[in-house]
Amino acid sequence: MSERASVPKEEETEPETEQEPVTTGAQSVIRALENAGTDYVFGVQGGAIMPVYDALYDSDINHVTMAHEQGASHAADAYGVVTGDPGVCFATSGPGATNLVTGIADANMDSDPVIALTGQVPTEFVGNDAFQETDTVGITQPITKESYFAADSDTVGDNVSEAFALADAGRQGPTLVDLPKDVTQGDTEVEPGSPETPETYDVPEEADDENVQEAADALAEAERPVILSGGGVIKADASSALREFAKEYEIPVITTMPGIGSFPEDHELSLEWAGMHGTGYANMAISNTDCMLAIGTRFDDRLTGGVDSFAPDAEVIHVDIDPAEISKNVYADYPLIGDAREVLRQLFDAMPRSPDADEWRDQCQTWKDEYPMDYDTPDDEPLKPQYVVEKFSEMTPDDTIVCTGVGQHQMWASQFWEYTEPRTWVSSHGLGTMGYGVPAAIGAKLAAPDQEVVCFDGDGSFLMTVQGLSVAVREQLDITYVVLNNEAVGMVRQWQDGFYEGRRMASEYPWIPQFDKLAEAFGARGFTLESYDNVEETIQEAREYDGPSVIDAHIDPGENVFPMVPSGGDNGQFALNEDHLDMI
Amino acid sequence: MPGPAPDERMRPKGRRNTQGIRVDPEAEVTHEPRQAVLSALVKHRPGVLSEVSALFSRRQFNIESLTVGPTVDDDTARMTILIEEPEPGIDQAKKQLRKLVPVVSVRELEGEAVRRELALVKVSGEKPDDVNAVADMYNGQAVDASTDSVTVEITGSKQKIDAAIEAFKQFDVQEIVRTGAAALERGPKTLEKDV
Repeated sequence: MSERASVPKEEETEPETEQEPVTTGAQSVIRALENAGTDYVFGVQGGAIMPVYDALYDSDINHVTMAHEQGASHAADAYGVVTGDPGVCFATSGPGATNLVTGIADANMDSDPVIALTGQVPTEFVGNDAFQETDTVGITQPITKESYFAADSDTVGDNVSEAFALADAGRQGPTLVDLPKDVTQGDTEVEPGSPETPETYDVPEEADDENVQEAADALAEAERPVILSGGGVIKADASSALREFAKEYEIPVITTMPGIGSFPEDHELSLEWAGMHGTGYANMAISNTDCMLAIGTRFDDRLTGGVDSFAPDAEVIHVDIDPAEISKNVYADYPLIGDAREVLRQLFDAMPRSPDADEWRDQCQTWKDEYPMDYDTPDDEPLKPQYVVEKFSEMTPDDTIVCTGVGQHQMWASQFWEYTEPRTWVSSHGLGTMGYGVPAAIGAKLAAPDQEVVCFDGDGSFLMTVQGLSVAVREQLDITYVVLNNEAVGMVRQWQDGFYEGRRMASEYPWIPQFDKLAEAFGARGFTLESYDNVEETIQEAREYDGPSVIDAHIDPGENVFPMVPSGGDNGQFALNEDHLDMI
Repeated sequence: MPGPAPDERMRPKGRRNTQGIRVDPEAEVTHEPRQAVLSALVKHRPGVLSEVSALFSRRQFNIESLTVGPTVDDDTARMTILIEEPEPGIDQAKKQLRKLVPVVSVRELEGEAVRRELALVKVSGEKPDDVNAVADMYNGQAVDASTDSVTVEITGSKQKIDAAIEAFKQFDVQEIVRTGAAALERGPKTLEKDV
């Protein structure tokens, strides 16, 4: 996978005991990445980043050339989600850097660890509107934990080391280092220091014991307790601590969408995920709980609906490593600032007893029976997307990684796939980036080559980054792409039908290409699915093909995503069908 | 799908306000805005001011004034930020500021903190004696004079400066510049020592 095609690679020799000293800023950049344990870099070459690429030539770090910089940042993001370690992406100055921006913003919203290294024009030209110059630090400052402008060849390695440490520390997130060409070309003998976060960046580990005790007492007193498990649980590697805690104290668990996989959906305590398109039972439990232990969630509006109606009876215990998340959207009666895994252990020990909640658990079970995740499958109807997702889920191992684009297909993939393991759900949540799926699957597959990777995409979303297929083909990545094709940006069309009197302005895509043929043109395998007859057989064939394959699944264009809580609505008032939308 | 329709489902009794705080379901509760003086020590390096001001604009905090200047430590600058927000907004502003990497510490100064603003007012030079008389009333002084203009320096609270400017209007005000507030806690407490 390394790209040094024109020069034969040197024979594998004894592991080097001592590294060659660095002689340029660029070498110092690469050394900093090596010191931090980087295996892969996703990027695109260009004028201002060339010195860094030149230094990469002599490194063992694998470089994956992407077809577009947006794909580089998404692939790095997915790599970070699956491994837990920062994913790295490179781009040149100007358009290269701005193309990374969507992926950086995406990583920022989902707290995914990403390091972006961007080329910049030489410092003497900075500010002169030179060729391919943009103010990359200025553009990215609001969407990173920190953006660095590397001003000196002697310190550029330290900038990268610090950016690496910072991306991974505390609440994970993206960082960026902008690298002027003269700085990377410049001479230096200074080796980068070990990755350390800046002195002003404090990361709390354990919550205050007294606060933990008060929170545990409140939870034990509750009659209708729930745990709300967010993406932070997965990022803190706290899924097993959560499982132990919930099972020991028999508290029903709801996840947020980024929290999918933090608790097994096949467990009797699981209510799966809540929010706009979450399960009816999760949303009923959210609405009626009297005590919520919320861990590693930022109470996004897609989860809460209108905050005035969000868990209105509940005392909220909020565990988060970022103090700024406490009481930002939903007031926390018991704020516990610390690492989710540590705080869960503290809570486990502090709980005086299990809450007396037999009746509540029965109620939750009643809701599960009343509002099952279901869909109609009459034989004469066009293929239902839910069926494709469900079948695929049944046929694959538990640790299969599911990536998605953004839209209706994303919701079906999260609703009808059964997730049991953390880091198997890779999606764009906060930013909702259409086009995330194709490159994310590439990053995920390289991060976990032994795990099966499937990407559910929509026709609209797939088209946005379809050029990434060329990368999957070149790297021979065994990924199955499933395009749930309804010839529309389906979520927009659903909203137009529900809230804009069916005026389908610019949401229908009857001109899209034949994706199976497009796949073949790229050198991947292409399949078409049009009916129920050959769903399993096609999925199996695509899975067995050793390389990227694309299943163009022509689904019922009339199918919509339910349940649904309208934007800003009340979680307990979800609609199960179009008729309900008129009622609420 | 089965299951009760939206209006037939189990309903909670409680309610939160728009700031996510549980409130009496019968009462209308909102937090009224108040003015807060935030003082922040930041690393003295390029881009910090833009990072801080971008934070305030992006999160739509209602900023009244922001001043910045060096401290006794060459590596550190001190910002005084006046915001007018409801209580949860003030709390959020402090936390978001603390999150920024170049920010060393943040504190809200108490109500009786020493607060000063500086204004320079350039007025017509036709009646220099009268201008001086008004300046005296506000403990100001002329810092520049020519045949056509007098520039007066006023230091004090925002209200005092507002009043002074009002008074100078009789002399045909040509230009005004104001600094925004700089503030320090009264007593021995400092940001460096007690954070």
